[in-house]
Amino acid sequence: MPEPAANTFAPPQTPTPPTRAAGGVGTPRPGGVGSSPTRPDAEAKVNGAFDYASDLEFPGMLWGHTLRSPHPRARIRAIDPAAALAMPGVAAVLTAADVPGKRHYGLIEADQPVLALDEVNYQGEPVAIIAADTLDLARLAAAAVAVDYEVLEPRCDPEAAVEAGDYFRYQPVRLGDPDAQQPAAVVTREYVVGMQDQAPLGPESGIAVPALDGGVELYVATQWVHADLEQLAPCLGLEPDRVHMAIAGIGGAFGAREDLSVQVHMAMLALATGRAVKMMYDRAESFVGHVHRHPARMRYEHAADADGRLLYVKARIVLDGGAYASTTEAVVGNAASLAVGPYEVEHVTVDAWGARTNNPPCGAMRGFGGVQTCFAYESQMDALAEALGLDPLEFRRRNAVAQGSKLITGQVVDAYDPGRADRGRPFSPLADMLGRVKDIPVPAVPVGRDIVDLPGGTGNTTHGEGVRRGVGYGVGLKNVCYSEGFDDYSTASVRLELVDGATVAYLHTAAAEVGQGHWSLQAQIARTELGVDRVELLPNDTKAGSAGSSSASRQSYMTGGAVKAACEAVRELWRDRDLADGPIEATRVFRHRATKPMDPVTGQGESHVQLALCVHRATVDVDVELGLVKVVDLTCVQDVGKIMNPVALEGQIHGGSAQGLGLAVMEEMITRDGRVMNASFTDYLIPTILDMPRMRLRIVENADPEAPYGLRGAGEPPTLSSTPAIVAAIRDATGLPLNQIPVRPEHLTAHFGRQP
Amino acid sequence: MSQTTAPFHTPADLAEALRLLAAHPEAVPVAGGTDLMVAVNYRLTRPAAMLDLTRLAELREWTDEGDAIRIGSGVPYARITAELATVLPGLAAAARTVGSPQIRNRGTLGGNLATASPAGDGHPPLLATGADIEIASARGTRTVPVEAFFTGPKRSVLQPGELITAVTVPKAAGPQQFLKVGTRNAMVIAVCSLAVALDLDARRLGTGIGSAGPTPLTAPDANLIELPWGRTGLFNDALAEEFGRRVAAAARPIDDVRGTAAYRRHALAVCAARALRRVWTAAHGGSGR
Repeated sequence: MPEPAANTFAPPQTPTPPTRAAGGVGTPRPGGVGSSPTRPDAEAKVNGAFDYASDLEFPGMLWGHTLRSPHPRARIRAIDPAAALAMPGVAAVLTAADVPGKRHYGLIEADQPVLALDEVNYQGEPVAIIAADTLDLARLAAAAVAVDYEVLEPRCDPEAAVEAGDYFRYQPVRLGDPDAQQPAAVVTREYVVGMQDQAPLGPESGIAVPALDGGVELYVATQWVHADLEQLAPCLGLEPDRVHMAIAGIGGAFGAREDLSVQVHMAMLALATGRAVKMMYDRAESFVGHVHRHPARMRYEHAADADGRLLYVKARIVLDGGAYASTTEAVVGNAASLAVGPYEVEHVTVDAWGARTNNPPCGAMRGFGGVQTCFAYESQMDALAEALGLDPLEFRRRNAVAQGSKLITGQVVDAYDPGRADRGRPFSPLADMLGRVKDIPVPAVPVGRDIVDLPGGTGNTTHGEGVRRGVGYGVGLKNVCYSEGFDDYSTASVRLELVDGATVAYLHTAAAEVGQGHWSLQAQIARTELGVDRVELLPNDTKAGSAGSSSASRQSYMTGGAVKAACEAVRELWRDRDLADGPIEATRVFRHRATKPMDPVTGQGESHVQLALCVHRATVDVDVELGLVKVVDLTCVQDVGKIMNPVALEGQIHGGSAQGLGLAVMEEMITRDGRVMNASFTDYLIPTILDMPRMRLRIVENADPEAPYGLRGAGEPPTLSSTPAIVAAIRDATGLPLNQIPVRPEHLTAHFGRQP
Repeated sequence: MSQTTAPFHTPADLAEALRLLAAHPEAVPVAGGTDLMVAVNYRLTRPAAMLDLTRLAELREWTDEGDAIRIGSGVPYARITAELATVLPGLAAAARTVGSPQIRNRGTLGGNLATASPAGDGHPPLLATGADIEIASARGTRTVPVEAFFTGPKRSVLQPGELITAVTVPKAAGPQQFLKVGTRNAMVIAVCSLAVALDLDARRLGTGIGSAGPTPLTAPDANLIELPWGRTGLFNDALAEEFGRRVAAAARPIDDVRGTAAYRRHALAVCAARALRRVWTAAHGGSGR
């Protein structure tokens, strides 16, 4: 029997006539919270009219291009731009000596040179920037810049870097006494996670335009425009008020647009030439022009007692941060604090490092430190369940966190209705979700399948020969919003006014619409809170206060919270005023509850704002002779607190699951001695529609009393849990241990021995 | 001056194209552009001039020559899949695996040959069936057997001033198979691929191997495997596996980012055994698809 693509949500709400100041939660509105209005960017994105940052043009603009190091590690003896400058049509060649202000920038620690000073530390590090009449000419000019390198041996082994004390952060967690326990079963394994890339389809791009006051305007695809401004103004030697930034159309982000890319470079070229300068990476440059997901090597020891309760966990986690800090510090914090997942355990030793090497820099990517450890701890939960002779879901249920549980950091799980109990025990959302996934039947093997439904797809590699089915589970726990004491806030301004007799709400924030549907969400909140139909969104720029990053699954919570607060303020004012007397405006800054840094010795501390859970069951067909995999079903149960926009939410779960599928079976930036071997979509494979199954979703709404509307961030959790679920299913089909992702065909066929 | 524009020649027919090519041997012919334009856009190649083949009606047709199909070099993959699946099942199956639907609508068999990548999907079925490549220039036309066409990675016998005009492929005289191994279920460059063509009447087996050597390869030793012609029941797994071993032995794979040499040999052995079982079963009344 065919399953529907997804669960059905509430029926469309019936329109209610607009009434004065009639908004508020519980007042259903067409296009309000809980509905799926057509996105403001939908039509333009579908018909190709949407202006992405790469589509922008400015009269008389120049093209900028970056000369990058071909070497992972080298000393720069000299740079001679003479031949490039002599080319007609070349307007500028700038090097480190031309940086007007601070020479370094960085999201947490300013350690990354704007342009390489006297050394390069990774392949692709920017060395010089060129402005010319055309992009092609700029590229030719870059090739004509003579750089004298003294090539050095790159340091590429993160374990060796940790040994040598060369790391960005070390974060331990110490709880109880693992060595004093008497376990009934112990499993110890090592896990390897490859370097995943965010692979946003829109390349890094933007335009910088010199301003009459000596400042500069930037239009750029970015996740957090205020953090860009804060980093780049000092590098340009400009006061922040001389730099105006606006977010240009973003073609996907997934963390790749947190760090600066084109921003400082194009601004420098614009200021140096007095002309507008556009920069746009091609795909190969994009692959080295942004940070990646940290590759990881992890050693885990899990022990349980005879009743199937976790006794202790020991974990050694080495993440490779690459050449510069980026957000490695925060990623290590997440990896350490979430190292055992959503399970109760009283004795824990975790040691997590972010190593410094000459590999490509790593930083933010969807899941942010939660992905790597989730693959390890979920693999461990399966292995330990097997050692105990327990069903993997039952073993997880016995150890699931509940309201009042403590995480390994000592943080108390307090995000559920305190009065709610489950058969006398504290409510466990995870136990409830595990039960729900169990209740959905595993899909049957259909009869008479086309080859596109089989592993290998159109490659016609199997008509059923060698195909075995497997089923596996994965559970992920992700922190939502910025953790460890970060002052995380968002700002929203709302102006309500009469336009030709109609009541219109204007929203102004600096929040980045990265494709997730945030523009829609803001408008929905305004409709619900103000009871108006017409909502207009003003450009997202630095004239608004900071909205924080479109990262960490936080924008619905944070900017959603700020818009809600501003709307509530306007609503209050509206009670006593008539719009005919003039517009009503309010600006509000929204903060989530405060968090604390992790203790540097014990890792203890209430470091996270909100916790979000997702459970996946994967069903795969594996051609065990060729090592090819077809994921035939992904069933997902996710707790989102409150369904704000059903269609956008489904999109987030589908997309997050697909990104996790990619990491499970195909996505890897392959490096050899610090060099990227596959910087193209020919060889860096991301899932196609033939790789991604239709999903069955069950959305749970356990409201978080601390969060706006009770919502929980939803974008990242599916990225964590789909990967271990798929790998567990492949293990089930093949009987192989599979401790490395992505799982490659070679991993599944190596046991056939040395063929002729 | 900031940039020169390379001349873009747009001949209306084949004769004009050959004249232009003789006059401008540096001009790079372009049909679908699915390989060439990627290289141009990445500035991996900067053609001094280009020669547009899309107006040449002669190249965009296929004709039935009795024992064979003559496919104009400008016929896109999508038409090969849609129109030639019955007479050329191996080639049609290979055409189905090329890129995405958009690529198959534009990409051509002639372009596949001109690029001469060891991973070209069109090549193994041409090798398995003994196709001929028709090459024209202002000096005349020559025909090259496909097994003599490839001379190295992305190198062929094609000379400056020459244009691939057609490929003549013998009609299937029995079941054919094409299997392509990739780490994604669609739109993927082959890790390795294999074509097999069986001719029961002539008691002949043909093979073509892709992505497992410096050029597309045949497996002559595998082609000569002793099959129980006329005695269906004597076919067994041992024969299929021996065929697999011989195909794997004919490959000359390397380790690269798409896969290891050891995996390619293993996968070819598995694919070959499956392909032979399928064509044999189909030839004897079963469903080999």
